[in-house]
Amino acid sequence: MTTTNPTVAVEPTRTLNLPRPTGHAGAVTTTLGIARRTVLRNVRTPQVFVLGMIQGAMFLLIFRYVFGGAITSGIRYVDFLVPGFVGTGVLFSGMTASTGAASDLEEGFFDRLRSLPVPRIAVVGGRVLADTILATMGLAVTIAVGFLVGFRTSAPITSLLAAVAVCVFAAFAFTWMFVLLGLIAGTPQAAQGLGLLVFPFTFVSSAFVPVESMPGWMQGFARNQPLTEVVNAVRAFSLDDKAQGVLGHAAGYFAVRAVLWCALFIVVFAPLAARRYQRG
Amino acid sequence: MPPILEARGLTKRFKNTQALAGLDLTAERGQVTAILGPNGAGKTTFIRMVATLLVPDEGSLTVAGIDAIREPARVRQAIGLAGQSAAVEGAMTGRENLELVGRLFGHGSRQAKASAQVVLELLGLTESGDRLVRTYSGGMRRKLDLGASLVGAPELLLLDEPTTGLDPRSRNDLWDAIRNLVAAGTDVLLTTQYLDEADQLAARIAIVDHGKVIAEGTPDELKSRAGIDVVQIHVTDPADIDRAIAALAPLGCDAPRVDRPTRSVAIPVEQGSTRLLEAVRTLDSLGLPVSDIGLRRATLDEVFLALTGRPAEDQPDPDAAGATSPRSRRGRRAA
Repeated sequence: MTTTNPTVAVEPTRTLNLPRPTGHAGAVTTTLGIARRTVLRNVRTPQVFVLGMIQGAMFLLIFRYVFGGAITSGIRYVDFLVPGFVGTGVLFSGMTASTGAASDLEEGFFDRLRSLPVPRIAVVGGRVLADTILATMGLAVTIAVGFLVGFRTSAPITSLLAAVAVCVFAAFAFTWMFVLLGLIAGTPQAAQGLGLLVFPFTFVSSAFVPVESMPGWMQGFARNQPLTEVVNAVRAFSLDDKAQGVLGHAAGYFAVRAVLWCALFIVVFAPLAARRYQRG
Repeated sequence: MPPILEARGLTKRFKNTQALAGLDLTAERGQVTAILGPNGAGKTTFIRMVATLLVPDEGSLTVAGIDAIREPARVRQAIGLAGQSAAVEGAMTGRENLELVGRLFGHGSRQAKASAQVVLELLGLTESGDRLVRTYSGGMRRKLDLGASLVGAPELLLLDEPTTGLDPRSRNDLWDAIRNLVAAGTDVLLTTQYLDEADQLAARIAIVDHGKVIAEGTPDELKSRAGIDVVQIHVTDPADIDRAIAALAPLGCDAPRVDRPTRSVAIPVEQGSTRLLEAVRTLDSLGLPVSDIGLRRATLDEVFLALTGRPAEDQPDPDAAGATSPRSRRGRRAA
């Protein structure tokens, strides 16, 4: 028990006043702890965080004022566009989840967590919770800019809240997939590259133009892919009766489809993300 | 009490590389054990196994008497890991980082705060504790990372190349911190590619190469076990140095090491005293003046060279030992 190396000066009288932990960090403590850290990491790096929001607002302005005049949507284009834009924002904030998870992996943060006695799903859960909170903050900004550039609706506040709820749930659901992509990518740069996969989903959808204006072979995908369902639900809730004529169904119809898609994303990608995290 | 660490026949294969090829190691309690080896020797793979981040293909591994393969969750309560990359959050203060890890170790919120304070004091970071970590120097970040692995008061602290990439002053600083921990009763297993680091900190050293322990013992034992001594001369006239090398090289069991600025030549030899006498006679017959000649024991550096057939990397001379290493951010997985 004694050292034989004379260069190691041992003073056995000193002891650390550090008690052993008495309990375990449960799933809730772990999830909240990691979520808090991840939100702080973004909020306290305003350069990146604010820039992301400005970028979103800029795209909205471009669609509203540059492309908007050339697009026929059946209703005022700004009313068509803003719900679509709010819906796709969910996918774009997912990209930050992907690069974020990749940095956590690359910087060794996940290594430390894997060596700690915490429930492993809670680590990924904390990451997803944080990214959902960040996406919701982005959502608030997009909605505000939407009203500023002229979006108007007669929908009751309950419907508007339902629209926001769909977005938040979709953000939560898609984030599991993005975290998985980030873990697979391994580095933020690679994750960013993989993130470009969101572009076909964003544009080949009902978000910015009516699906009917696309070539026939593209409409099948555009009409049935998950983001279109989310966008349609958001649009139906936020425009209320104005949307009925354009969309052909009531809000409930789209909401059920959107929620089912989101549930499918969670069921498939949550276990995959947790397993991938565990594997290292 | 079982040893703090016992590894038997560990193997691990990644796609094209055999990272571990039957590694055996026992680390006793109450001391620092160093795993010394060049890049790619399997050090990081081994320490990641001990940290339950990797499962071996074959072999057995117990940490603090717990089977690390069957009960990794219990091992996690006994260890603290500080990796190569200082996994602390730049956008949080030092204190916030420590408190977070303390909570995750299983402390209640009050105890997490108290432990964070103790660790900050221990590492001399009290003054910068409430500053964001991204304003810290590289050395302070490493220290904080070391601290984060401590807040759970682990039985065994795992340090993966703790000072790689640090300047000499931060290195000494971190060494002092590690010595304090050991004095206070924490066992430490560290990997390093710096011979002087192992020599400075460790009571026992295991030299690892190609995924196996090729030599193991106290620094003194290792220095004598290699069975070599060194004949060292300083020539008086720098112009003589090449003649001296040519004359003495045949005596050595390995290539002479030459340091021109100090006009010194070191020749690793077997049967030291016989060779020393031969060296004296040879130089005398050539009429080659030397200001100093002697026989000394091999340094760890030379032992390493004798055992592995190549020098330890990133270790050209002691002055540059702490200089920033281009390999400090190399792939963590396969190394």
